[in-house]
Amino acid sequence: MINFFFISTEIFLSLSILFLLLIGVFKKNSESFIYNFSCIILLVGLAININLNPQFSIDLFNNSYKIDYFTTLIKSVILISAFLVMLCSLNYVKQNDILKIEYPILILSSILGMLVMVSSNDLIVFYVGLELQSLALYVLAAFKRDNILSSESGLKYFILSALSSGLLLYGCSLIYGFSSSTNFDLIYQNSDSIEYGIIFGIVFVLVGLAFKITAVPFHMWAPDVYDGSPTSVTVIFAILPKIAALTVFINFLYGPFLEMFDQWQAVIIFLSIGSMVFGAVAAIGQKKLKRLIAYSSISHMGFALAGLSVGTNEGIQNSIIYLIIYLIMNIAFFCCLFMLKRENQYFDKVEDLSGLSKNHPLLSLSLMVILFSLAGIPPLAGFFAKFYIFTAVIEQSMYFLAIVGLLSTVIAAFYYIRLIKVMYFDEEREKYDLNHSISLKMILVVSSTIILIYFINPNIINNFVSNITII
Amino acid sequence: MMNFPIISSLILLPSIGALFLFFINSKNITGIKYVSLFVSIINFLISIYLWLIFDQSSYEFQFVESRVWIKDFINYKVGVDGISILFIILTTFITPLCILSVNSSIKNRLKEFLIAILLMETLMIGVFCSLDLVIFYLFFEGGLIPMFLIIGIWGGERRVYSAFKFFLFTLLGSVLMLIAVISIYWIAGTTDVEELYKLGIDPKYQNLLWLAFFSSFAVKTPMWPVHTWLPDAHVEAPTAGSVLLAAILLKMAGYGFIRFSIGLFPVASEYFIPFIFVISLIAIIYTSLVALMQDDMKKLIAYSSVAHMGFVTLGLFTFTQQGVEGGIFQMISHGIVSAALFFSVGVVYDRTHSRRINDYGGLVNVMPKYSILLMVFVLGSLGLPGTTGFIGEFLILMGTFKKSFLVAAIASLGVILGAAYMLWLYKRIVFGELTNQKLLKITDLNKVELSILTLLALSIIFFGFYPDPFSNTYSVSVENFLNEYNDKLNSYNLQNQ
Repeated sequence: MINFFFISTEIFLSLSILFLLLIGVFKKNSESFIYNFSCIILLVGLAININLNPQFSIDLFNNSYKIDYFTTLIKSVILISAFLVMLCSLNYVKQNDILKIEYPILILSSILGMLVMVSSNDLIVFYVGLELQSLALYVLAAFKRDNILSSESGLKYFILSALSSGLLLYGCSLIYGFSSSTNFDLIYQNSDSIEYGIIFGIVFVLVGLAFKITAVPFHMWAPDVYDGSPTSVTVIFAILPKIAALTVFINFLYGPFLEMFDQWQAVIIFLSIGSMVFGAVAAIGQKKLKRLIAYSSISHMGFALAGLSVGTNEGIQNSIIYLIIYLIMNIAFFCCLFMLKRENQYFDKVEDLSGLSKNHPLLSLSLMVILFSLAGIPPLAGFFAKFYIFTAVIEQSMYFLAIVGLLSTVIAAFYYIRLIKVMYFDEEREKYDLNHSISLKMILVVSSTIILIYFINPNIINNFVSNITII
Repeated sequence: MMNFPIISSLILLPSIGALFLFFINSKNITGIKYVSLFVSIINFLISIYLWLIFDQSSYEFQFVESRVWIKDFINYKVGVDGISILFIILTTFITPLCILSVNSSIKNRLKEFLIAILLMETLMIGVFCSLDLVIFYLFFEGGLIPMFLIIGIWGGERRVYSAFKFFLFTLLGSVLMLIAVISIYWIAGTTDVEELYKLGIDPKYQNLLWLAFFSSFAVKTPMWPVHTWLPDAHVEAPTAGSVLLAAILLKMAGYGFIRFSIGLFPVASEYFIPFIFVISLIAIIYTSLVALMQDDMKKLIAYSSVAHMGFVTLGLFTFTQQGVEGGIFQMISHGIVSAALFFSVGVVYDRTHSRRINDYGGLVNVMPKYSILLMVFVLGSLGLPGTTGFIGEFLILMGTFKKSFLVAAIASLGVILGAAYMLWLYKRIVFGELTNQKLLKITDLNKVELSILTLLALSIIFFGFYPDPFSNTYSVSVENFLNEYNDKLNSYNLQNQ
């Protein structure tokens, strides 16, 4: 029974999904109710999850499922951000006619998949979680089915994702073949001699995971899918799967394959440098904000991976801090995007920001703070995120990675400040609507204030992370 | 030791003022002006008080505050010694003048402008008192944001280009410094400057670290050949922005050279002396020649700033008492003089909206008061005895002569060139026939402008005749600074023998 107690979050979410499905089927016009109710479910799930608060690592179901401080923390982060995302996109969803009963239910299933992924300690459990989360996301990407871009992005995401899942499964089978187990702990015990087959397997699995976090060179789907999906889905893409997939990176690489650090480190460094540089360079020419943020998130994932390539506990902790700050910045950015609407039409081009500061001084002030923070300019939170990462990187004397990374932040700074230029230096345009929901405003204000005043006491976020011990 | 955190309050007060401004209605223009002026003057008074209670006979850091900031990693640590306190006073002295000057030059978004200026003040003071490398980096880099906005929002026609150039140049220089700062943390185990002075840094790393710091400071100083952002930024920035840039931002780098490059890496600094001398000389001669050929007043002064900062780096790297003192004095002097010159250009620019030298001529007929004051500033800039400019340049050249006759001789040429372009500028603006019809209706200085410029002129002449208040403050610190430098160098040389 104790097994079931520790997965009560997942059980609660699954039961709620079934319950909401039933309501959706039997009660007419229950879309709004389901949407709001699923927000509450996320909060309750969060409460249950925090309540578990395991002091040590607990292995469940024959070691195939693991609950410890780290996974609980990540699950809480996922649940909170999912809640915030749903809260801030409510108006968008309503006005764009995508508020159907399936919408919140799909989000919940995807969250459930992520929770399973995060806790998985077995290749099969991990794959089940991954596919549950992806399948829900394919549908969400194509949710605006009358829109050709949305359908295209759903299809594109599905096909490429299926390909990557195939690679991932092939990798899993190789690992199974050469270590005769799918369980992470057993793989660790069985794979002490260096087998080429296992290295191949690792690389294939990494390809599949890199696809999920849009690391270069497996990023090409991201700009199109980000751009084509409804914005309320883009914000999910930009945040949630990345947290989950990066956690799996950590569990997978630092779990069964810790001893083979030398072999996979080069792969991670390559992914990291590629993402940082490519994300920075490719974003320069973008005219649409959603494409721009897609490239920006590619580049940010490069930084998070840089922390993982170090091979120390600090590196992992700093990556998690990076992820947390990254998600705060992204939620805030998308809040700004949700506010760019005029008569129920939403705008997402760079030129739509033109002269924003004259008509909407507060909105553009927060967006400016967010953009400077994304660019990593001190004393904003984004700077500290990068600072921690490079502290870990330089500790291991990986100067090349540090220099390339920091130079790419200079390139990236160019396109972030270009947006600020458009907002502050250019001519103004028509005003946008001001009737935003109070929750949207609150989320924007709170998150940009956190970004702004993070430097006063950085320990608040750091303390959550400093308890993580992977190695 | 005082318990009241006087330095932190000096740093925080302008920010609190800015926060206060944020909540004032932007239509209430007089209120905004008075609040910001009040805050900056209070800050000036606090800094004067700090100077008065500052113990000049000690080279230790005083009023040191230290508290835990990032747990087990970085402490927030600030304090002043005889060198940094002068820069703090320069900052708090110039800022109220900038705020006063916005009357005529800033037409739109006054509130935001003053908020940016006050935030700048916080960051600038922070740079000069931080005793931790990471804290220093935060303040040093944080200045990019308000300055970018000051140039970009309130600047001239090519403001976007200039703002981008300023931002990206300085950011590029600084990221290498960030790597160096983190490396120092792992090499020495701390980023506390006082601790690092005691511990010293392993000489085998010093050259690379020195270069990384240099890349940042060279851009900010600016040194040839990375000076090209400065003329653009100066030309397009509004008057107050140019003043802050010339008077204080450039000094951050000079200060950084003293405090960090030389203080932390003495062996490397000695190694790079010839390199610094060569590019300083190029800066002095080349930019002076370029300044001669400018037809834009602000550009001319900007290039002259590069030349003057060339003198500063030359003086600092002579490692003689005179040279280093001269370098510090030259920075203070240039802070006042260049601020005055940019204010003066701002005065005529507000009236005619032209910065071209050819559009002027014969101003003495219509603006007699202005012409007299401008004369003082021009003479101060070219280093006439009796002005602050003379003392700085003279000391630097004296220090340089001790080190190398040839370098000093070439640098002296720069003094002559400096006189040439400044006097020629003055001649073309003030003397001659009044040809431009627009100038006939031009009015002389109003009260605010007169008081700003008179204050600056008086301080140029006063400290030109009586530099003791400055030199007494820094001399003990400089002496100790050089002693430590020589000690570290000698012990390194002994080890290698």
